[in-house]
Amino acid sequence: MITVFERPKSLTSAKTHYCPGCTHGIIHRLVAEVIDELGVREKTIGVSPVGCSVLAYNYFNLDMQQAAHGRAPAVATGIKRVNRDKVVFTYQGDGDLASIGTAEIIHAAARGENFTTIFVNNAIYGMTGGQMAPTTLLEQVSQTSPQGRDPSLQGYPIRMSEMLATIDGAVFIARVSVHNPQEVSKAKKAIKKAFELQQAGRGFTLIEVLSTCPTNWGLSPREALKWLADKMIPVYPLGVKKTPEEGEI
Amino acid sequence: MVKVLMKGNEALAEAAVRAGCRYFFGYPITPQNEIPHYLAKRLPEVGGVFVQAESEIAAINMVYGAAGSGARVMTSSSGPGISLKQEGISYIAGAELPCVIVNMQRGGPGLGGIQPAQSDYFQAVKGGGHGDYRLLVLAPATIQEMVDLMGKAFDLADEYRNPVMILGDGILGQMMEAVELPSEDLSLKIPSKPWATTGAKGRTPNIINSLYLDPLELEKHNLHLRNKYEQMRQESMGETYKTEDAELVLVGYGSAARVAKAVVDQGRARGLKVGLFRPITLFPFPKDDLQKACRQANDVITVEMSLGQLIEDVRYNLEFKVPVHYCGRVGGMIPTTRDILAKIEVLANLQGEGEKV
Repeated sequence: MITVFERPKSLTSAKTHYCPGCTHGIIHRLVAEVIDELGVREKTIGVSPVGCSVLAYNYFNLDMQQAAHGRAPAVATGIKRVNRDKVVFTYQGDGDLASIGTAEIIHAAARGENFTTIFVNNAIYGMTGGQMAPTTLLEQVSQTSPQGRDPSLQGYPIRMSEMLATIDGAVFIARVSVHNPQEVSKAKKAIKKAFELQQAGRGFTLIEVLSTCPTNWGLSPREALKWLADKMIPVYPLGVKKTPEEGEI
Repeated sequence: MVKVLMKGNEALAEAAVRAGCRYFFGYPITPQNEIPHYLAKRLPEVGGVFVQAESEIAAINMVYGAAGSGARVMTSSSGPGISLKQEGISYIAGAELPCVIVNMQRGGPGLGGIQPAQSDYFQAVKGGGHGDYRLLVLAPATIQEMVDLMGKAFDLADEYRNPVMILGDGILGQMMEAVELPSEDLSLKIPSKPWATTGAKGRTPNIINSLYLDPLELEKHNLHLRNKYEQMRQESMGETYKTEDAELVLVGYGSAARVAKAVVDQGRARGLKVGLFRPITLFPFPKDDLQKACRQANDVITVEMSLGQLIEDVRYNLEFKVPVHYCGRVGGMIPTTRDILAKIEVLANLQGEGEKV
């Protein structure tokens, strides 16, 4: 019998706590597949954030550290400075990275810290029950923007990838999505490239992955995928924001 | 060994390197800046890493990452910066990671001032951040002692897998004294740390974590930590000076204790039976030694550069059996021998008149 599909070695057999239709599971798998393909499972250290993916240390079959809210890039800095020959990544949501942890991500990038950040942007706080995130779209309803996000009251969504692409220490910044198989495939390529650049010692890499939150968006999983494509992508355009070479991923 | 004249902050930094510390993460703040200045030059010479972080918050989280990776690592700061580190310190205590944190205290609250103080005592000895936890707190009174305690601090941190705080102050950081440094031991063995995240090569993954969603599990973890803090009691240290027959015992730590020590001699020259007890560990508090030192005492005075913080632990550890009085200056002011002697004489006169104090 030929095995055509199996769990990556870099994932444990633990059942995830993610809601039905949430795309965290896909993103976890992509990261794990890349680690498997690069053959670095035994030399990779991951950092889980505070937020929905706080328990990622139970799902990745890797050495993991759990970080305080927003501080994963600082924790990863400490890990990588000690483990210079290892592969280090952070896995962070939008509240973690784009709100409470903006200082840490910007300065990790500015120092050119040689680790990879997987930034999962679903435009809402999931774990705490659907509050407005810095990436919440204008007019998007959340628990703390019940009339829809009004720029005169709650300001504007923040585009982290574009902002980080202006930083000299960042070598590869891309925004990808996982709302259909083609995009999933592109997302994996981008993640792989980021890890490869890290292995080559090139500097800071970040992949922003647009992700769904059917539960807190109040949509079915299918509707959520469509909402991501129709509403999020126009505000958060996909593509490479910064790369050491010419061309596409 | 030859003695060298060194500034406290620099001597401490060199002692850390000689204790095997190879990683430092910090953020500028007065009066501890000579520590990062020194280590920025020194650590690369020994294959170590110095990183100036974007904030104290980031610095302490870098310490978390490096400590979780098994390194000997430290950070240093002063009052306002130590407050910012409290989140990370709580996580480090929760995840049971060894590291050393130096607080060269200055006056507070808020931005306070930049002159020496001891007003972070409660913050240091009662936990400081959220949750039930303790730091091991060491309080040197001379630069030599600061140097000697660095090696001990790293060893205790590793032994108990707990953050250790060196609680100094602006005087100790800024003054110069002759010190004898420990030899550079290149074969220095740091205890192996099989729990560290170094890549799960040929083993099951290691996880550094302080999250326990199941309350029963968290309670178990809390009780485990409490047992550890109980065990730490064996590490308590204190120094006595002329307490054998002392009817009045001064209690102070760090710089304040140096002033108090001078008062003991001056008081004795006036025929007063004065002694000094100086806790060297503030957590664990050297309760037995304190009680022993105060056996004959009719009165105890705490000499502190805080507004009555040490006094609470002294009263508690003497089990409220002896009257404990306060003598101190705050805000960057330092108690003088005259201040303390005046307080002693008031008490002595009251004793003479048989009055209850």
